[in-house]
Parts: sequence; structure tokens; C-alpha cells
Amino acid sequence: MRALLLRDLRLAMRTGGGFGLGLAFFLILAVLVPLGVGADGSILGRIAPGILWVGALLSCLLSLDRLFALDQEDGSLDLLATSPIPLEGVVAVKALAHWLVTGLPLTLLAPFLALLMNLAPAAYGWLVVSLFIGTPTLSIVGAFGAALTVGLRRGGLLLSLLVLPLYMPTLIFGAEVVRRGAEGMAIATPLALLAAISLGAAALLPFAAAAALRVNLR
Amino acid sequence: MLIEARNLAVARGGVTVLQGMSFALAAGEALTLRGPNGSGKTTLLRTLAGLQLPVAGKVVMPPETVAYAAHADGLKSTLTLAENLGFWAAIHGRDATAGALRALDLAALVRRRAGELSAGQKRRLGLARLLVTGRPVWLLDEPTVSLDQASVELFAGVLRSHLATGGGAIIATHVEFGLPEARVLELGPYRVRSLVRDGFDEAFL
Repeated sequence: MRALLLRDLRLAMRTGGGFGLGLAFFLILAVLVPLGVGADGSILGRIAPGILWVGALLSCLLSLDRLFALDQEDGSLDLLATSPIPLEGVVAVKALAHWLVTGLPLTLLAPFLALLMNLAPAAYGWLVVSLFIGTPTLSIVGAFGAALTVGLRRGGLLLSLLVLPLYMPTLIFGAEVVRRGAEGMAIATPLALLAAISLGAAALLPFAAAAALRVNLR
Repeated sequence: MLIEARNLAVARGGVTVLQGMSFALAAGEALTLRGPNGSGKTTLLRTLAGLQLPVAGKVVMPPETVAYAAHADGLKSTLTLAENLGFWAAIHGRDATAGALRALDLAALVRRRAGELSAGQKRRLGLARLLVTGRPVWLLDEPTVSLDQASVELFAGVLRSHLATGGGAIIATHVEFGLPEARVLELGPYRVRSLVRDGFDEAFL
């Protein structure tokens, strides 16, 4: 499994596309929104949690359609399915690799973009915490969507339609943590729910995704 | 007995193409599948590899028996040859790739990226992967596609030594590559004659 993780990370670094693209998209979004909304700092500050979280969602989505599609095209997926590693493990490892190259750098970049969005200083820490806890869900739910659409040509659009509704709870609680943090309110409840969703997704979805892959391989 | 098929029926795209197949492969044996295009050779191999379920009957073998080599070699074009092969070795819990590289005459190319290799070299790398899996039964789907004559002979030698060390192989091929001892399985007699598309079944389409 370590070999698979290392290979996926190495591929992400070499081809560049998956790695830099999501981050660049996140950056551009955070630059464009203030330009579109205008120079009113108080409005920007109020919408910043939502915009940053939506930006995180969309930039995660960018590289998802390649998660299994590339392996399916070159035959690796067939070979992985006949390897000693269970498909559930393959899904979990690939989702982890996806998080390491999109979710994690995005979490680390977010405070700098929050500055552009005039987010309240008190919320910076909670922004990082909520993204750190919430973005793994984006990768693992995305892996499930990618597994469902792996055999399809131009499955990317269908993938977005499948996956974005499933991102809703994460978006709601993630943005709520940041909003409450900005206003100095208690954040324990949305944070606990956010973590619960992450843990639930990580525990269950690899099995669902592996089942979907098995169907698509036939 | 390495692998055994019992009264196997396989389907492609929901249509049963072969049925009533029973055969067994012992250590040191090779089985060549013969049949025209579309006769179900690939479908049979994928079923034996466990990538799809049989419609009826079953495949009997111990776990981790088969190594499957399909039309696609499972190579990443941005990784070097050594990284590609090392990955598949590590996935199967092994680390020795030198023997496989030598056997298929790839040792001089280890630092090249897979994307820079010729079609025949890629194919040889895909076949070298079989060696690093350490699995006893090789399922080969047209293994000689894009190989030149010398490479075909090279691979026939590799296959022969695999058989000599107690391995087995099931090969779908149109090319004779010098394995006179291989048994031949003609798929014709197992063909399903009446496809669903005929006759009144039209109404249900």
C-alpha cells in the first residue's frame, strides 16, 4: 500500500496537473471574488468563510475525475484489482494521496487567501482547523464519485453532479465553524459534526467505492 | 492442479458467449486458446483473473494464483522503467526486479521514462511485470502484439523457463511462438449458438 501511495504522489508531482491546478484555481477564485464584490471590507469579511469553503470544494473537484480514470485507461486498475491489495485499500490509499496533493496544501494556503478576503483575524485558526478536518471528506467522497463514473467518457461532469450534493453537509458545517470563529461564538457543535462526517465517510465509503469499481471493471 | 474451470459460462456485455467449459491446468502446462475475433478469449481470461464473475460454473484455484497481462500494460508514462516495474513488484510484496529486466532484455533502458519507450519495449516491460509478481499462472492476452521476431523468441524462452519451474500459462494468441508442447483449446465447441438478438427477443430490446 505504501508503494501505491508513493507512486500516486510521485505521479502527481511529475505531471504537475493534479497538484498545481487545484491550488491555482483556489488562488484565482480568492482574487476574483473581492474584485467582483467590491471594496467593502465588511461584506467581504462576512462572506469570506462561505467563499473559501466553496473554493476548496471546487478546487478539490478539479482533479477528481482523473483519480481512477487514468489507471483505468492504461490498464493499471485491472492489474491492481488482481493484486494482493484489496480494492478497498486501493480506494483508501488513492483518496489519501489525493488529499495530500490537494486538500492539505489548500489548507495551508487558506490563511493567506483569507487575508485577501478580509476574514476576521479570530477566524484564521478555525479556518485551518475546519479545512484540515473537512477536506479529507472531499477526497474520500470524491473517490466514491470517481469510482462510480470511471468507465464513462466525459464522466467529469456527471461526477460533479454526483459529488457536489454529497459535499453539502461538509460545506455547511465547515463554513459554520469559520463563521462562528469569526464572531467569537462557540464552535464545538459544528466542528464535532464536521469531524463525524469525515470519520463516517472514511470508514464507509472505501467499501462503497470498491463495490462500484468492481461493477465498472466487468 | 494450478487452476481448474468447472462447467464455466462467461458473458460479454450481458450476452453469454461461451458455456459448458471444463478444463484444468497442471504445473508446467500451457494452454493456448484458439478462436476467431469475438469468440470470447479475452472474456474468458478476465473471468479466470477474477475481474468479472462467471455466468455459471466456477473457477477453482488457491488465492493469489494468477497474473494477468492484458492489451494494456499498466505503465505510467512519466515514471521510469525501473519505477514502473519496482511499483508492481512492491505491490506484490517483492523487491527483486533485476532478473525480470535481464530476462526481457530491458536492463539497458531502466532510466528511460516509460513514455519514451517504443511499443515493443513497453510490451516487454508489461511482460516483465509477470515475472515480478511471482504468481504461478500467467493469463496472457495476445502477448506478442507489437513484438519483433527476436522479442517473441525471447519471451517464448521466458515462458518456457516459467513452465519448467512449475508455473502454468493460459495464452490467447493468433501467433505461433514455438511452444509445441502447449495444449490447444478450441473455443468453437463452447460457443453459444443462439444469441439473444435473434427472433422474438427483439421485442424486449
